[in-house]
This record gives sequence, C-alpha cells and structure tokens, in this order.
Amino acid sequence: MTDAVADSSLRPPASRPASAVRVRSYWGSVWHRLRYDYVTLFCLVLIIAIVLTAVFAPLISPMDPYKSSMAHRLRPIGYHNYLLGTDEQGRDILSRMLYGGRVSLTMGILPVALATIIGGLFGVVAGYFGGKVNMLIMRTMDVFFAFPSVLLAVAISGSLGGGITNQLLTLTVVLIPPLCRVAETATSQVRTMDFVDAARSTGASTLSILFTHVLINVMSPVLVYASTLVSVSIILASGLSFLGLGVSPPTADWGLMLSTLRQSIYVQPIVSAIPGVAILITSIAFNLLSDGLRQAMDVRA
Amino acid sequence: MWLYAGRRIVLTIPILLGVTIICFALVQIAPGDPIQNLLSPTATAQDAARLRAAYGLDQPLMVQYFIWLGKVCVGNLGMSISDNVPVAGEVLHAFVNTIVIALISVVLAFVVSMIFGVIAAYRTGSLADRLITAVAVFGISVPPFWLGVILVIFFAVDLSWLPATGMGASGSETFSYFRWADFKFAIMPIIALALPPLGIMTRTTRSSIAEILNQDFIQTLRAKGLSEAQVIVHAVVNIMPQAVAMLGLQLGYLIGGSVLVETVFTWPGTGYLLNKAVLTRDIPLLQGTILVLATAFVLINLVVDLAQSLIDPRLKRS
Repeated sequence: MTDAVADSSLRPPASRPASAVRVRSYWGSVWHRLRYDYVTLFCLVLIIAIVLTAVFAPLISPMDPYKSSMAHRLRPIGYHNYLLGTDEQGRDILSRMLYGGRVSLTMGILPVALATIIGGLFGVVAGYFGGKVNMLIMRTMDVFFAFPSVLLAVAISGSLGGGITNQLLTLTVVLIPPLCRVAETATSQVRTMDFVDAARSTGASTLSILFTHVLINVMSPVLVYASTLVSVSIILASGLSFLGLGVSPPTADWGLMLSTLRQSIYVQPIVSAIPGVAILITSIAFNLLSDGLRQAMDVRA
Repeated sequence: MWLYAGRRIVLTIPILLGVTIICFALVQIAPGDPIQNLLSPTATAQDAARLRAAYGLDQPLMVQYFIWLGKVCVGNLGMSISDNVPVAGEVLHAFVNTIVIALISVVLAFVVSMIFGVIAAYRTGSLADRLITAVAVFGISVPPFWLGVILVIFFAVDLSWLPATGMGASGSETFSYFRWADFKFAIMPIIALALPPLGIMTRTTRSSIAEILNQDFIQTLRAKGLSEAQVIVHAVVNIMPQAVAMLGLQLGYLIGGSVLVETVFTWPGTGYLLNKAVLTRDIPLLQGTILVLATAFVLINLVVDLAQSLIDPRLKRS
C-alpha cells in the first residue's frame, strides 16, 4: 500500500499513438482483446458481485449489523446462525462485512473519481497551455510528491481529524497529484500533434480543441491509470480507518473492523482476520482488472 | 555530471520549502483554536488576546510561518502536548528505529525481488513465473497492517515462535540487532514491511529483465559463446541503475509508510509516534514527525538520483 502509487508512476500507462484511431473501432478492439482474457473478466465479475452485495446489504444480510449481544461475543466461524462468527460486541461479522463494503468500496471509488476530474483538469490545463501555467501547477504538485502517499494521508487526516467527509477529502487530495501528472504528460504529447495544429488553423477555439481533440485522447491513459488507483485508495482508506481516522465506531467498515478485532486475536484469531480477507480480495481484483485493462487498451500490444 | 549534481541539489531547495509550507499548513487546517484549550474557563477576552500575542498567533500567517521556519532551521520543532518534551528529540530517537528496520526490509525485498524477477523473466510463462507473479500481486494488494495481524496470529499466537509486539524486555535503550533475543522482535515487522516493496520490485525487475533479454546485444553475447549465466549477469548489470533508483524510492516509501505496520507491532518508531499523535490529537508532534519524514524522503530521493548518475554510464555521458 505504501508504494502502489509509486509503482504505477514508475510505469506510466502506455501512450498510444493518438492519431489514426477511430474511437469506435478502438473500443471495439479493446473489447475484442478483453473477451479472451479470462482472468480480467473473472475479476470484473467478482467486483460487480462485491459491489452488488454492498448495495443490497440490507436485503441479503442475515442479521442486523448493529445488534450486539453480550451472550454471543467472539464466537467462532459457523456458530449457530453466525456464518462468520461474531465480533467483540457479539455482532454478526458477515452482516457487518456486507454493510462495511458500502463504506470501503465508496472510499475506493469516489476519491479516485473526484481526483480524476480535478487532477485531470489541472493536468490538461497545465499540459495544454504550458509555460507559466504549467510551471505553477506542476511545481505545486511536485511538493506533494515529496510525501509518500501514506504519510500525506496520515498528515492531512491526522490534522483534520476522523470522520467520513475528512477521509474522503484526504484521499482525494492524496490522489490528485499522480493523476494530474499523467494527464499533463498525455496532454503535452497530444498538443504537438499535427491534427491539433490543423484544427487550430481552421479557426477552432481553444475550448473546442480541448474538448473535441485533446480530451478524447487524454482520457484513456488517465482512466487506465485511475483504475490502478482504486485498490490503492481502498487500502489507504482501510489503513486510515485502522488508525481511527475513518468512520466513527458503530458504523461498519472493513478497516475499522480489523482495528477493533485486533484486541481479540488471542481469543478468536481466525475471526479477527476475516475483514482483511475482504480488503485483500477486492484489492487483488481491482489490481488484476486494471492490469488487464492496461494491456487491452495498449494498441501496440 | 557535476553540473547535473549541482542542479539537482539546487532543485531540492524549493521542494523542501514546499514541504515546510505543507507542514505549517497542517496546523492551520486542524479544527479548534489552540488558545482556547490553554485558557481557563473563567478567562476573559483580554486574557485570550494576551495569550495569543505571547504565542505570536496575532501576527499575519506569513510572519508566523517565517518565525516557525526559523525555529525549524535550528532544530526546534516545538514541544509535544501529551508528554511536554521537545518534539525534535522524540522524533530523532524514533527515526533511528524506523530507518533501521526499513533498511533491512528494503534490502531483503531487493535481493529476493532480483532473484524472483530474473527467474520469472528468464522463463516467461512457466510455472515459476506464474507463482512469482502471484506472490507479486499478493504483495502489492495486501494491506500491510493486515499482513502484520496475520503474522502475529501465526507466529505469535498459534506457534509461539516469535514475540507479538514491542522491542523486548531490554526496551529500545539497549536494543541490539545482533542479539537474537532482541532481533526476534524485529523479524515480523521486517517481513510485514518487506512484502509490498517485494511485490512492486519483482514486477519491475521482471519486466525490465524481459525487455533487456529481447535486445540484440543479448543475441550477440550468446553468439560469442557466453554461457546463459553470463548472459543473465549482463542483463542484471544493465538494469542496475534502474534497480538502485527503485530501491531508494521504496526505502523512502517505507519510512513514510511504516505507520500502520509499526502500530500493529507497537514498534517504537516514527509510525508509532504518528499514531500516538493522531490518537491524542498532539498536532505539534504530528507536524514535527511529518516534517522529519518528508525531509528524509526528499533527501533519500536526492541521494538516489546522484547515485544513479554515478553508476549509470549513459547518464554520465550526457
């Protein structure tokens, strides 16, 4: 988790030759390649399944995730109706995991989406206009790169305090700089292409060039890169919750569950580790999916 | 080369200044008025104003920043609220504990990832390659703190081989990495820290070596009659500059990212200090620790860049 941002930035998403690509046929060829990539497809299905269980948690949860029972604290897997055991307050772990997925998945996807929009916007502006604007935006981003991502998250979150809004804000701020950098690189490559010059010489306005020519070509590297950040964001969020910087206690969240169950590892070691399995599986699925996407979207491959 | 080194060092200064600005801003974004916490409930508005002036909080932000920066430059990071001791001393003491296990972890991860990466790249698509890739994906995807919990469950709870937490009976004062009774406290933190960089570095090594092995000069080497082992040595030497850069980057990420792992093992490093600062809302301690860690990260990156330009003949020429 400490390094996933760095890992992705070490290997920038493959930039494809922007010219000679008709949008429809490009996505068609991407789908054609994905169709035979069973690992990626499996991960996609798995993620959809996880998202659905979180969305429909109230319908499929066997029990009330907030109902505690002093008589049934820390029960093992398969005890009576408790499929995955109970936690330190006697609450059903399975139900809490299903509900916890709502917070944890939101914290994986929403900050990435927000950061993609904000970081992408700054990156496109910096890349397209160059010069002083570029200097100002990119050097500011450089300062944020002086912090390892976990450290920056703990710093901002630690100052702001816990709570779900602060966590969302923190993760978004942490994810903006790498996305901005990718968007800037892609934009400054597209900017020098002949078709942009051609559009300009026909009298197209800056805005229309940005929207019709630049954005469409910058989108795919940025989106591929953003997809690699989802698992980073999930792990960062669970880490913050683990430190008590996420949702407040009665709410279910995978990271927070791990944190409160940590005291019970001597009593129920396996049950205490279960919420981590959810984080691990989700994060692996997103990682493999983004790998598959990257390969499928790389035209040279 | 010297020109490059000089320029690289000069470029570090604005970055460090930026780091101090962010660290200064951390206090500003923290909710709550620090003065209100210090005042007695019966204090009047004049008392508050007097105290504000005494702490220099009535000055404009710019002035406050430069006063703070001046103190930081002479090593004064303020006093921690919870223990009322100088933050600088506390952070430096903890920093030693963090940097040592981070160094051991990253070197361990580096060596193993080079071996894994070469094997996987040399036999692409083989069973070994798949296993190694699986280990790498696991390392990248696993939350390190959960890995720590799992290690504790296995090696401390179930098997009772290793102590679960802390730094041992002798404490951090007389801790020695060369004494087994002490070192076994460090083993699990090191493993938990090493796995994520191991995953990342294995993937990077695998793809770099695979790329090198496809190049023409490898063909030439084989044609000259070099053994496969010698060919591999050539490939490894070729990616060394990149590998060193990767090593340094990961070391930097470890010293910043160890907060969760150190919390799990109550390892008395900077991460543990950060956790304490977060729990007790000790903002000066948080600020000081972040500042030291971020500065260390920037300096490690600088050293790595300089080292890379030293060992890479391609960079030397330019």
